[in-house]
Amino acid sequence: MAATDRATGWWKESRFSPDGWLAALARRSEAIAIPVGALLAGLAAFSLFLFALGKAPAEFYALVYKAAFGTWFSWQNTLSRTAPLLLAALCVALPARLGLVVIGGEGAIVLGGLTCGALAGGLSGFHSTVAIPVLTVAGAAAAGIWVGAVAALRHYRGVNETIASLLTAYIAIALMNHLVEGPLRDPASLNKPSTAPLAAHLRIGDIPGWDVHWGLIVGVLGCLLSWVLIERTTWGFAARIVGGNPRAAQIQGLPLARLILGFTALGGAFAGLAGVFEVAAVHGSANASLAAGYGYTGILIAFLARHNPLAIIPVTILLAGFEASSGLVQRRMDLPDATVLVLQGFTFVAILVSESLYGRFRMFAPERWSLPR
Amino acid sequence: MTFTAPNRRGFLKASAALAGTSALGVLPAASFADGKLTVGFIYVGPRDDFGYNQAHAEGAAAVKAMQGVSVVEEENVSESVDVQKSMESMINFDGASLLFPTSFGYFDPHILEVAPKFPEVRFQHAAGLWQADMHPSNVGSYFGYIGLGQYLNGIVAGHMTASGKLGFVAAKPIPQVLQNINSFLLGARQVNPAITCQVIFTGEWSLAVKEAEATNALADAGCDIITCHVDGPKVVMETAAARGCFICGYHADQTPLAPGKYLTGAEWNWPGVYTRMVQTVIDGGTIPNFDRGGLAEGYIKMSPLGPAVTDAARKHFETTKAEMMKGGFAAYEGPLMDNKGSQILGAGQVFLETDIALESMDYLVEGVIGTTS
Repeated sequence: MAATDRATGWWKESRFSPDGWLAALARRSEAIAIPVGALLAGLAAFSLFLFALGKAPAEFYALVYKAAFGTWFSWQNTLSRTAPLLLAALCVALPARLGLVVIGGEGAIVLGGLTCGALAGGLSGFHSTVAIPVLTVAGAAAAGIWVGAVAALRHYRGVNETIASLLTAYIAIALMNHLVEGPLRDPASLNKPSTAPLAAHLRIGDIPGWDVHWGLIVGVLGCLLSWVLIERTTWGFAARIVGGNPRAAQIQGLPLARLILGFTALGGAFAGLAGVFEVAAVHGSANASLAAGYGYTGILIAFLARHNPLAIIPVTILLAGFEASSGLVQRRMDLPDATVLVLQGFTFVAILVSESLYGRFRMFAPERWSLPR
Repeated sequence: MTFTAPNRRGFLKASAALAGTSALGVLPAASFADGKLTVGFIYVGPRDDFGYNQAHAEGAAAVKAMQGVSVVEEENVSESVDVQKSMESMINFDGASLLFPTSFGYFDPHILEVAPKFPEVRFQHAAGLWQADMHPSNVGSYFGYIGLGQYLNGIVAGHMTASGKLGFVAAKPIPQVLQNINSFLLGARQVNPAITCQVIFTGEWSLAVKEAEATNALADAGCDIITCHVDGPKVVMETAAARGCFICGYHADQTPLAPGKYLTGAEWNWPGVYTRMVQTVIDGGTIPNFDRGGLAEGYIKMSPLGPAVTDAARKHFETTKAEMMKGGFAAYEGPLMDNKGSQILGAGQVFLETDIALESMDYLVEGVIGTTS
C-alpha cells in the first residue's frame, strides 16, 4: 500500500512531504521535544523520590516555582545566580564542540577574579572607563591562557584534557589561596585573607532598576556571540568538523592547532569574565569565596544544553531557579539542602539518557513517514 | 482480566498516572505570618557537622523551643550571592525580622549589602567585625573568647600526655586560629613547660582528606593528644581516636564520636547566647551592636570531662576554670617568646582575654612546632 503511494507520488505535494512546512517543523521540534520530555520524565522520577521521603511533590514544585519564578524578587534571585553560570557553561560548551571535554572552568573563574583583584590596586588611579575594561580584559586573558594551555597539552602532547583541566583547576585554586594569604594579602583582612578591596569607582554595579549585576547581560551576549560564532561563521564550521573527526579535518587542511587552542581559550576567557564580575560586582576583593562551585555547575549546564550556546540560556535559568528555590524548600518542607542536588541529578541523568533517543522517533523524521512501520 | 507484556505506551500511561496522583498530594502550607517573631539561621556547611555549624544549629534549636518564636534555617549556603539571596528570601517569604547568618565570610560584603535595604530587620553576625562609624546600625557583631577553652583543653592535655607532644590540625594561619593553637600549648605548659605542640595547616576550612592526612602525620610524629580548629572536627576526632590518641574537642561536643578517648572540648554556648538575644527582642529591647564574652559571660562552655581524665587533671581544670569565671583572665603572660625567637611579652606583661592585641595575632609561641606561612 505504502509502496504504491510512493510510486504514485501523491505525498510529494501534500503537507506530509519531506519538503513541506510540517516536515520542517517536525525536524526542528525533535531538538526541543526530547529534552523537554526528558526533563519532565526526570521531574516525574524525582516525584517518586519525594514520595519515598513522605513529602508531597506538588508542594515541592509549587515552592520551587514560587521561589524561582513566582515573584519579582524570585526572578531577581534566579537571574543573579544565572550570571556567572552562563559564562561558566560556555567554558565547557565551546571546547566540547571540538570534541574536548574541559571541566576546569572553576579554575578559570578563580584566576579571572584573582587577576582582577590583583591588578585593581594599580589601576585605582585611572578613570573607571579605562580601568574596568582593562581589568575585564586582563581577567579574561589570564583565564583564557590558563585553559588554553590545557588544550595545548592535549594537542601537542596528547595529555587527556579532562584530567588536565580538572587538575589545573585545583592548581589555580591553590595559587589563589597562596597569593591572597601571602604576597597579595591586604593586611587589614585579618581573619578572611583577601586582596585589597577595589576602589569604589572600579566596582561594577547593577543593571538599573534590577538587583542583578551587569554580568547577566555579558553572559547572555557571550552565549549569543558564541552561537553566531559556531553556527554562522566558517570558523565555527571548521570547529564542528574538528569535533566530528579531527583526523579528517587535518587532512582537509584545517588549522587544527589554532582551532583547538582558540576555542578552548575563548571558553576559558568567558569563565574568566565570570570571575571578574564576582570580584568587581559581588565580593569587592579576591578571596577564597571565588571558588563557589560555579565552574562545576557550568559542566552540568553545558551537557544539558548539548553544548548549544543558545540552549545554555534557558537551561541556566532553569538550574539557577532550582538553586534559588533550595532555601525555601529547606525551610518550608524540612528537606535537606541536598534535595535540589538530587533533583539536578535526576534531570541530568534523564537528559543524558535521552541522548540515545535522537532519530528513534518516526514523527520527527519526515523521510520515514511514508515508509511501512 | 488480561495481562499484556509491558511496552513503551503502557509505561508512559503508568508514569502519567503516577505523576497525576503526585499532584494530589498537596499538604497545607504552613502559616508563617501569625504575628510571631521569625528568626532565620544560615549555615555555611551541614548543620550536623559536629562542629562550627552544629554549634550554631544547637543555638537555633534552643530558640525554636522558645514561646512566640518561629525559626527558619538553611544549610550549605556559600559565601557568595547565595547568602544575600537566602537572607532576602527569609525576609520576603518568611517574614524574618532577626537573622543570624553565621559564617565569618557572610559579613563583608554580603550582610553589608543586604542590611541597608531592610532597615527594620536585625542582622546578627558571629565575629567582631562591626564598627559604629562604618557599618549599618541594624547589624550587630558578637563573639566569644574561645581561646580560653583551648587553654583549658591544654591543661587537661598537659596532664594526660605521656610523650609530651601535642598535635593541632588547623585550617588557616589567621589570628583566630593562631590564638587557639597558642592557647592550647600555653595551657599544657602550665603543667609541664617542656611540652611541645606540632601544628599542621590544611589550608581550607573543610577538607576531610587533608584533615585525616594531617591527623595521621601528627600521630606518626608521636603526638598522643590531638585537637583542631577546622569547621567540622569529626574527621580529626575519629582518625585520632582510631590511632589511639586522646582528643580534645572544638566548636561542639564530640564526645559521641569517641567516648573513651575524648578528654574535654572548647565549645560555643550559642543556645545561651541566642536565647538571650531573642528574649531581648521579644521584650522590646535592643541587642547591643557589639557584644562578646568568655566563660563568665556564657559565650563558651566546656564539654563534660571524659572518663579517662585523671583526678589531678580534673582538679587543675576546675581551679583554672573557676579563675576564668571571675572574668579578666590572662592566658598570655610574660616573659613570652614566639617560636622564631622574638619577644612577644616582657616579664610582668600580660594579654587579658579582652585584649585587642590578641585579635591581630600573627605568630606561634615558643614550643609550637610549625610556621604561619
